[in-house]
Amino acid sequence: MTAMQGFANPTRFMRAAAAVLPWSAGVTIALLAAGLYLGLFVAPPDYQQGETVRIMYVHVPAAWMALFIYTCIAAASATALIWRHPLADVAARAASPVGAGFTFIALVTGSLWGKPMWGTWWVWDARLTSVLILFFLYVGHMALANAFDDPTRGARSAAILALVGFVNVPIIKFSVDWWNTLHQPTSVARLDGPAIDPAMLVPLLLMALAFTAYFVTVLLLRMRAELVGARLRAAQFGRARQGRGAAASAGAGTAVRP
Amino acid sequence: MTAFLRLVRRDLLLAFRQGADAALVVVFFALAVLLFPFGVGPEPNMLARIGAGILWVMALLAALLSLERLFLADHEDGSLDLLALAPLPLELVVLAKVAAHWLTTGLPLMLTAPFLALLLGMDAAAIPALVPALLLGTPTLSLIGAIGAALTLGARRGGVLLPLLILPLYVPVLVFGVAAVDAAAAGLTPRPHLLILGGLLLGALPLAAWASAAALRQALD
Repeated sequence: MTAMQGFANPTRFMRAAAAVLPWSAGVTIALLAAGLYLGLFVAPPDYQQGETVRIMYVHVPAAWMALFIYTCIAAASATALIWRHPLADVAARAASPVGAGFTFIALVTGSLWGKPMWGTWWVWDARLTSVLILFFLYVGHMALANAFDDPTRGARSAAILALVGFVNVPIIKFSVDWWNTLHQPTSVARLDGPAIDPAMLVPLLLMALAFTAYFVTVLLLRMRAELVGARLRAAQFGRARQGRGAAASAGAGTAVRP
Repeated sequence: MTAFLRLVRRDLLLAFRQGADAALVVVFFALAVLLFPFGVGPEPNMLARIGAGILWVMALLAALLSLERLFLADHEDGSLDLLALAPLPLELVVLAKVAAHWLTTGLPLMLTAPFLALLLGMDAAAIPALVPALLLGTPTLSLIGAIGAALTLGARRGGVLLPLLILPLYVPVLVFGVAAVDAAAAGLTPRPHLLILGGLLLGALPLAAWASAAALRQALD
């Protein structure tokens, strides 16, 4: 609790973010390099699918990130609504486009994988349909957050929408169990343990960690940009107010110190 | 209870005084459904097969039409502030307005749908499943729509934003509603799908009440 309250101070958050960013960026690059090398060159081809299975090393981590980021947004929204934590709104707004991007990557890579494997670009089974709905939930979240002149109002509305849409996440996760789907059933996050060979599991997990590190990096960058933007706007308002009050003669001297 | 019923009565009176709002919804529904034979061709077998989908999608869009004004009129003249301060909990205020909305939108749609089903040449066995499915589905549509209406209260381009927010949440109702009618047309029992529709309605009742009230509260801040 106290850590959360500690980071509620934007200045302290900015300093912490500035310290963490180079590390997370470095970890992202290192993990991406390792994961892509292992996945594209070292890991064995699938006994049924051959080399096309290598799309899995992008498709599956992207799909995992899509769900993970939406869960983060829901948690941030709950924090914003319950505890009025000032940075939770900023975090949710910053994370949303990243989540939408990962969902889009999952859908597109899945489609590219489906054409050689299933013979079709798209099928309306439960998993694909619910992930498509997740994509539109992300887009709706972004649209709603920016639809109000008052940014606080937009953030609160978007927070409620994120929580309402969270019912979709367990539906996506269990859709392959509840319905007869063309998409394959769960292979990794099962109670019996992963059903996938370690030689393929390791690059998969490395890519998932790489994507998570990427998300952390981009999230911190976007949150810092958002906070700096808010400060700039406040400074501009202050300058406009002062400029109107003071005489127009000493224009350069009435600059407001940010 | 009386406060709740009085609020429903007030909204119904306002709706009837504003003129043929319910009639407009039904006319839009009928016209939109009747566009399909022109669009896809009048071949009876094909129309009968896609009939359930056409009816449900058009009912959905017709319900969407009047949702934006659910809270807007009261918000603009200040009644919403008074309702928020009233002894009746805001969640029940939302449910009362949704009930009035359903009575002027969902109920007429449900009564018109069997005739349009005949026009589309749908199997006679499908119609006894169509009415219960719409009876269970349209209140859910009104409830989920209330969430969207409350969230977009006062937003720029709120009218365009509302469908974007609501349609992803409408998909489960649509899927099971069409499945119920298609099951009946195929000679199977629609009971499982109707039960799921009922479950969705029961789930939407508290969720929509809570979410809409929360959205209204922060809109009135």
